[in-house]
Amino acid sequence: MKLRFLAAALGATAALPFGAASATDLEVTHWWTSGGEAAAVAELAKAFDATGNKWVDGAIAGSGGTARPIMISRITGGDPMAATQFNHGRQAEELVQAGLMRDLTDIATKENWKEVVKPSSLLDSCTIEGKIYCAPVNIHSWQWLWLSNAAFKQAGVEVPKNWDEFVAAAPALEKAGIVPLAVGGQPWQAAGAFDVLMVAIAGKENFEKVFAQKDEEVAAGPEIAKVFKAADDARRMSKGTNVQDWNQATNMVITGKAGGQIMGDWAQGEFQLAGQKAGVDYTCLPGLGVNEVISTGGDAFYFPLLEDEEKSKAQEVLASTLLKPETQVAFNLKKGSLPVRGDVDLAAANDCMKKGLDILAKGNVIQGTDQLLSADSQKQKEDLFSEFFANHSMTPEDAQKRFADIIAAAD
Amino acid sequence: MTGLTRGSARPNQWLRNLNAKIASIPMILTAVVIFVGGTAWTVVYSFTNSKLLPRLAFVGFDQYERLWAAPRWLVSIQNLAVFGCLSLVFSLVIGFVLAALMDQKIRFENTFRTIMLYPFALSFIVTGLVWQWLLNPQYGIQSIVRSLGWTTFSFDPLYNSNIVIYGILIAALWQGTGLVMCLMLAGLRGIDEDIWKAARVDGIPMWKTYVMIIIPMMRGVFITTLVIIASGIVKVYDLVVAQTSGGPGIASEVPAKYVYDYMFQAQNLGQGFAASTMMLVTVAIIIVPWAYLEFGGGRKRG
Repeated sequence: MKLRFLAAALGATAALPFGAASATDLEVTHWWTSGGEAAAVAELAKAFDATGNKWVDGAIAGSGGTARPIMISRITGGDPMAATQFNHGRQAEELVQAGLMRDLTDIATKENWKEVVKPSSLLDSCTIEGKIYCAPVNIHSWQWLWLSNAAFKQAGVEVPKNWDEFVAAAPALEKAGIVPLAVGGQPWQAAGAFDVLMVAIAGKENFEKVFAQKDEEVAAGPEIAKVFKAADDARRMSKGTNVQDWNQATNMVITGKAGGQIMGDWAQGEFQLAGQKAGVDYTCLPGLGVNEVISTGGDAFYFPLLEDEEKSKAQEVLASTLLKPETQVAFNLKKGSLPVRGDVDLAAANDCMKKGLDILAKGNVIQGTDQLLSADSQKQKEDLFSEFFANHSMTPEDAQKRFADIIAAAD
Repeated sequence: MTGLTRGSARPNQWLRNLNAKIASIPMILTAVVIFVGGTAWTVVYSFTNSKLLPRLAFVGFDQYERLWAAPRWLVSIQNLAVFGCLSLVFSLVIGFVLAALMDQKIRFENTFRTIMLYPFALSFIVTGLVWQWLLNPQYGIQSIVRSLGWTTFSFDPLYNSNIVIYGILIAALWQGTGLVMCLMLAGLRGIDEDIWKAARVDGIPMWKTYVMIIIPMMRGVFITTLVIIASGIVKVYDLVVAQTSGGPGIASEVPAKYVYDYMFQAQNLGQGFAASTMMLVTVAIIIVPWAYLEFGGGRKRG
């Protein structure tokens, strides 16, 4: 232990002269490690390096659930990085309240973020007590059903146009030895899929009643019972997935081993990386083809308060770089997400992204559950749904009762 | 003053071996501050509603009520009980049998011993990953047996909620029995040759010699082994994370993982502290009476 500390101290003194000689190094931590994600984050690094500074990549593998504790313990432990990814919303709320995060209001006013960031709810999620604490970089929406055209061809059925058709096509897929719906074993995937079913089947109004107003009566009511019925279908269809990570599940759809997957639009980066074309090789149905509503959660960068003045200055440069129109286009095309600015040209966007942009323009948006619920409630929800999807003896009624309890206890 | 002659003026008990006592002050401080202090801090904060950061807003037993109402915690406790009992019994039995076999003056004993002990050199994460692959129905044991002709053979414990904990148990035993064997072997080597000879002269069968004479004589070794295995059981975490990350669903969750997930992923320190306090209480319930019998209440055994 002591030895390691010594080595770290030695390493730090050795690194110092180099740091001072060149431009400012900023360490940026994130959990973008799948193929499509890594390609996208390289765009951010390129843009920042072009300003004469240096992006020191601090990728943490294993998705947000693994990465966030590491980031938080570094920030609270007095060894902050220069910038870090979070899903904006409530994940960094307490860090901000504890005064560990940097106030970005000055840059935001200078660069007019309030005008350019669309929808405005993104910036609202970054705002705590009137001050802006994060730079949103993209809009990710969960409400997508990705379908493998090849799988349906093999099963001899039409590619479905909505959730009900998909459920109806499931037996044919199973007969052809294809898993109808790929749901990876990571708990957040099951919980996320349920949220998607919720807005698709129960509608935007009920979604907001449950998650925004935490109305437990609605959560226990007949509308949500329908959602649990659909989740029961999804559970049956997901039997035999046997993979853990979301991108492995996406890969099952890419290779035609699974019929479809309910996953956020970040899955699109994987399709792109595999050289597949929207509309030809795969089909996307926003809002499961039932209710075309998308959530506007996403990723944002937070900047911990640093003492080093040069680094603090470089943080400002990074924040403004992230929201530059060129960066936004380059990053989001690779990532498969939507830009946070309403004024950029995405001519190169593919079919699916255009569908998303259309819905965004129409204003059919909801807030993501990350923005509405605390990490604690989200975790309880994950526990519930990962159990529900794995344990076929748990009835939808029991699950709904527990779900209503979680909503009742949520703050 | 004629000086302190030995025995005439009894020196103060506290000042005996003064050098040794001064030398151990840093360690005593570490133990008190880190272990006792940390434990007390955790217990106190388990009665608060601390979220991401600790804060002293007391809420009584709320965290504990929620904990014992959480299905995931109950599953974790059950899993720990099943895993604990079985791994205790099996690693002791298998370890002892292996050691007894090894003790028969066989050839290549060194080689065997090395092979048996090797798994212990691997971390739990590596062990977990190795067994995740071995138990994966598409790549592991099941597919090999099927390719040999038994096409209906099915062995996929990690994907079956009812037996997943046994899948983890297999990996734990594979990793841990080597060490138990070595400890046992050391114990067996410590038994005097003459005892064996005497038993043979009396015509006592070998198994009976082991059960009635050797094992009781190895009491100390057994207790050491028991403590090592038991502490390994309570803290089991990384093996589960590497093999199943708690799945399918929540079927292979363990208490240590609940603590970590709620402290860091759910950003609910209070809940995590309550769970870790419960773990401490459980351990204390087992350890305290045992330690009292073993070390307190006078020295019954010589």
